[in-house]
Amino acid sequence: MSKSSLKTAAGGGLLDRRSFLLSGLALSSAHAVASSQSSLGESLPQWMKTPGGNDLEYGLPASAERHVTRQLAKNTPETALFSMWHTPIENQRGIITPSGLHFSVNHNGVPNIVPEQHQLLLHGMVDKPLKFDIESLLRYPVVSHIRFIECAGNTAQNAVSLNPLNLGCQELFGQLSGAEWSGIPLKYLLNEAGVKPSAKWVIAEGADGGSHSRSIPLEKLMDDAILALYQNGERLRPSQGYPMRLLLPGWEGNTNVKWLHRLEVTDKPAYSKDESGLYSDILKNGKIQRFSFPMEVKSVITHPSGNQVLPERKGFYEISGLAWSGRGKIAKVEVSADGGKTWAQANLDSPVLAKSLTRFRIPWQWNGESTTLLSRATDEQGQIQPTRHQWRDKYASYSFNHYNAIQAWHISRDGTVENTYV
Amino acid sequence: MSKQCSQLPILSGLVVVFFSTILLAQDINTNLGKDLLPSEIDTYSITIFPDGTNLPLGQGTAVQGAALYKNSCSLCHGSNGIEGPAARLVGQDGWFSLTDPLRILRIKQHPVLLISVGGLWPHATTIFDYIRRAMPHHAPKSLDNSEVYALTAYLLYRNGLIDEQTTLDRQSILKVTMPARARSTFPRGSDFAIE
Repeated sequence: MSKSSLKTAAGGGLLDRRSFLLSGLALSSAHAVASSQSSLGESLPQWMKTPGGNDLEYGLPASAERHVTRQLAKNTPETALFSMWHTPIENQRGIITPSGLHFSVNHNGVPNIVPEQHQLLLHGMVDKPLKFDIESLLRYPVVSHIRFIECAGNTAQNAVSLNPLNLGCQELFGQLSGAEWSGIPLKYLLNEAGVKPSAKWVIAEGADGGSHSRSIPLEKLMDDAILALYQNGERLRPSQGYPMRLLLPGWEGNTNVKWLHRLEVTDKPAYSKDESGLYSDILKNGKIQRFSFPMEVKSVITHPSGNQVLPERKGFYEISGLAWSGRGKIAKVEVSADGGKTWAQANLDSPVLAKSLTRFRIPWQWNGESTTLLSRATDEQGQIQPTRHQWRDKYASYSFNHYNAIQAWHISRDGTVENTYV
Repeated sequence: MSKQCSQLPILSGLVVVFFSTILLAQDINTNLGKDLLPSEIDTYSITIFPDGTNLPLGQGTAVQGAALYKNSCSLCHGSNGIEGPAARLVGQDGWFSLTDPLRILRIKQHPVLLISVGGLWPHATTIFDYIRRAMPHHAPKSLDNSEVYALTAYLLYRNGLIDEQTTLDRQSILKVTMPARARSTFPRGSDFAIE
């Protein structure tokens, strides 16, 4: 298919998202004719000529893919107990992050919980204080939903650094993952205990060494919160809260309390450590915004992204990325290949789910000149990603939580992709 | 198999679910929770609220807290509570003073130092709560209540909020006004501004 027959959607070589890509289908008709003396295997690779190896009880990635791992964030307190493990989202396609690659922020390490000795306590402003062991919980109705989790501090470097740091997707956006979570709607357990009419908050606490604690509005727990027991079809991994965690769709990662063991129903928030300091937002006027729970609409192009090199100057590439909103579904994603002068609408891959990662794609014919790629998401509430300038206009210069500005990747003529500001 | 059989008698709640798919989810009634005893609640109920709920007996001063701080805290928080790598405990939030020669290094190596307990936390009760449940990092829940009051007093003293001799206990801690409280604001449309 010649270039002229493809419909251009915007400047910089963006093609219509409905373009059919047929150019690769010009199949070669050349083929070798085997001589009568040669055995069938002579020209074949080794693995086609020998019996294969044994499979494993629990499968692992291909040995050639073992480099795709989580990375421990640099520049965080260097203790084994406070760790931030970032997901390599530039290696992910689709919207599900493999469980072993799901990001994880641990303030006091990963506890080694004996499930038979773990209980969920539910007390406070309830008619009947209750405790649940895991054997009982596994008999409740289990619902499954595909949701994203994003740390409030994801992409903090671009919020506070005056100059764009030379970082890739994993370092900048790796506190983001998507998974299918299965568990019990929290309202079942709260209704069983009988919540008193004057209750407004629930203090959720983990069974880790630091007894991580967050105050959650009761309304959220009665809405779409679940007590998650499974992730991607298997029981939770230890770093995701085994044997159970709170899953608050769309809300900042820190509120999704892992290793959950206690819910205390109250009429007031506790002002726990994290809701007092680390997870508050400092506004431009010096005010400290507290309890800003939902993660706002955001997107990032993962293919191509920072620290990658486009293998060939000029030519066809597919731009692909992720969009998400803590307030519902993604309505549209626009992409610019000319630094924001013109925009084209990207295709959204099915399924497009509320409070889930959404995959977007658009074909791009790079003309080989240096340019800047941007993505801009809008959610079903009509919320649209701000520019970095607009975002920073709202917050103090050192405030780094809930950064959701439009991300820009600069493409050099040699194909190098770098984090940049526009 | 025997395990499955033993569960059958108590599956009645689920049978109800199977036969009631036309009902709304809210109509599901479950009853597998067991009674939680008051003594069990007392063991685990460690959350200290800003109004003083759950504050225990005990007392301590900044003088007593200084020695504890040096032994148990300074390795991670620095001898002045600002050096890191762990969270900044003393002073305002934000960029360090331009006169601090290590400013760039500190921010680059330890970005969490941009925020500060003295600068951002609105309630002194949270200091007590967090030290008691989570500190010191290598041995959480190892301090007794008077030691926690003493360390809380020391941090309040270093932030200029009480004097060195003030005895901190379950009454006096409620009289401390953290400067960040007046700076609190809440997202528009939220109903969260409950002190």
